[in-house]
Amino acid sequence: MWMSELPPFVPFFLAALLALATRGVVRQLILLSAPILGGLHLWFDVTPGTLFNLTILEFQLTLMRADKLSLLFGYLFHIASLIAVVFALHVRDTTQQIAGMVYAGSALGAVFAGDLITLFIFWELLAVSSVFLIWARRTERSLRAGQRYLLIQVTSGMLLLAGALVHYQKTGSMAFDFIGLEGVAGWLIFIAFGIKCAFPFLHTWLTDAYPESTPTGTVFLSAFTTKVAVYALARGYPGTELLVYIGAAMTCFPIFYAVIENDLRRVLAYSMINQIGFMVCGVGIGTALALNGAVAHAFNDVIFKGLLFMTMGAVLYRTGNINGSDLGGLYKTMPKTAVLCIVGASSISAFPLFSGFVSKSMVMTAMIEEGYNYLWLMLLFASAGVFHHAGIKIPYFAFFGHDSGIRTKEAPNNMLIAMTIAAVLCLFIGMQPQYLYALLPWQVDYWPYDVTHVLAQLQLLFFSALAFVWLNKQGLYPPELHSVNLDMEWFYRKLLPNTALAIRSGLSSSANLLSRVATGGVTLWREKIINLSFIRHHLAASWPTGSMVLWIGVLLAVYLVLDEFLTKT
Amino acid sequence: MADDKEKQYLFDKPRNVTRLMRGFYAICVILFILGIVPDSIIHRHISHSWENLPGFYAIYGFVACVLLVLIAKEMRKVLMRKEDYYDVDE
Repeated sequence: MWMSELPPFVPFFLAALLALATRGVVRQLILLSAPILGGLHLWFDVTPGTLFNLTILEFQLTLMRADKLSLLFGYLFHIASLIAVVFALHVRDTTQQIAGMVYAGSALGAVFAGDLITLFIFWELLAVSSVFLIWARRTERSLRAGQRYLLIQVTSGMLLLAGALVHYQKTGSMAFDFIGLEGVAGWLIFIAFGIKCAFPFLHTWLTDAYPESTPTGTVFLSAFTTKVAVYALARGYPGTELLVYIGAAMTCFPIFYAVIENDLRRVLAYSMINQIGFMVCGVGIGTALALNGAVAHAFNDVIFKGLLFMTMGAVLYRTGNINGSDLGGLYKTMPKTAVLCIVGASSISAFPLFSGFVSKSMVMTAMIEEGYNYLWLMLLFASAGVFHHAGIKIPYFAFFGHDSGIRTKEAPNNMLIAMTIAAVLCLFIGMQPQYLYALLPWQVDYWPYDVTHVLAQLQLLFFSALAFVWLNKQGLYPPELHSVNLDMEWFYRKLLPNTALAIRSGLSSSANLLSRVATGGVTLWREKIINLSFIRHHLAASWPTGSMVLWIGVLLAVYLVLDEFLTKT
Repeated sequence: MADDKEKQYLFDKPRNVTRLMRGFYAICVILFILGIVPDSIIHRHISHSWENLPGFYAIYGFVACVLLVLIAKEMRKVLMRKEDYYDVDE
């Protein structure tokens, strides 16, 4: 179709430009054609080993480096952007449409980047383009959340650039290959990736900003940024043991928040961190099976998490509300969305026959093979937990549970089509995993379906569900409440501003004190001088006009005498 | 589901809810029994000694979720704030 070296971000950036110049149906066709044509091009024309270099000022940028790892993410991002574009087809908002295209293109640019400078450019473009999807909600909250998001994302980019420069100084190479935690450069880049990957303590940009985006914007957001980071970790830090511990922490802590969170899209944001945790663990273990599991899970997660965000987006679009406390009983009027949501929920919970099962089990198996027994127990806990909050809580509180009395319409057709594509993919990958496995970068012989494994997973999930039923019947299940829960963002949304305010008011009061001390003496003296009887009575008295004339006369006389005296000498 | 307005939906009938729950309990029981049958009937290849405990996964799943929810409830006491907490003086 095209030359095979065409970097995959080009069609998306072109589409963004063309979309600016068009409107209506033509624009929709352009937006749709970018992922379709780009995807076909990638599938048929591009083979592993394709390179495209660009030389600028004697510096060589590798705009395209295709191998099995980058191609897998390339296919994924085309599928994800196609689904997201279809889901957002009803939107008449130029900002969102253009931002979505540039954002998807930047993600492709980043995963095909062969050097750290190209990676940095697309890394920052991801941040700058995606923030418009948050601002597009056009509320005060989204504006502020977007500002915080942008600040953190750009910081990540700066760290990446700093790391890249130190790396260049040390190695003389800008190539983006294995980096490892060696020296300053390794750590700087590691933290840059960690921010985008939502490592614990660095994760709040995600749970803060994603739920503030538009119903369709969040679908785009959920697909790209964090998965680019997972790709970058898999490329730069495979087998870094620290990642196993970070990943295990990421699987566990968000599920507690997810249980008590009211905003259902924020619940999904927390469960997103939980799922990325499994991928980070896989990258950290670093065996072929684990790495395959990590990237396969990234592939599946984009689709099933996208599906869940789409169903919640549809609910928000139709009802204008996404709080668990205000929803319920929507299966009555949105039955198709409800069924599609259950498919997504089953996939994220890793039910056998659904996509999550075939990839998460690879990470779990690799974990126990490498002897991380206690961490494996943590991941098992997180697996039960994810079913609890994403698998049951999301569909239950939105579509079933207590009937909120809301009667609305089924989601628009374009949304239903997009959700159906995602749901079919979830089921297809779950039932026929060999096609996904064939795309995986490392050579491994693995098959998820055997009696032991299926039985174990079913027991785990059904008894988790039993716990939910039991807790509900006992009245122990925490009700959904209008609330926010404190997270790491408290430090910069509350502590920092309050400290700044306190410092400012402290400064201004001490400035007051200082000025009082400094001027106090002067004021005192001024009072004294003013009160002198000479000044009070004589200078302040009003003089008769006659005395003034006399004094003028005296002055003139003195002047005359002086003049005489001066001219004579 | 073709009637209008006053129509009864699937789970408005308590009978349907009861059926669903009974089916669910039955599956749980079957799964638990399958989990504790001797290895000679269903051969499981076990990669970890904990898995030899009868009903390991079922018990673990149940206990994990109960703990999860109870701990999360306690966390609420510390972490929960009013919805406009951040909006007040931001």
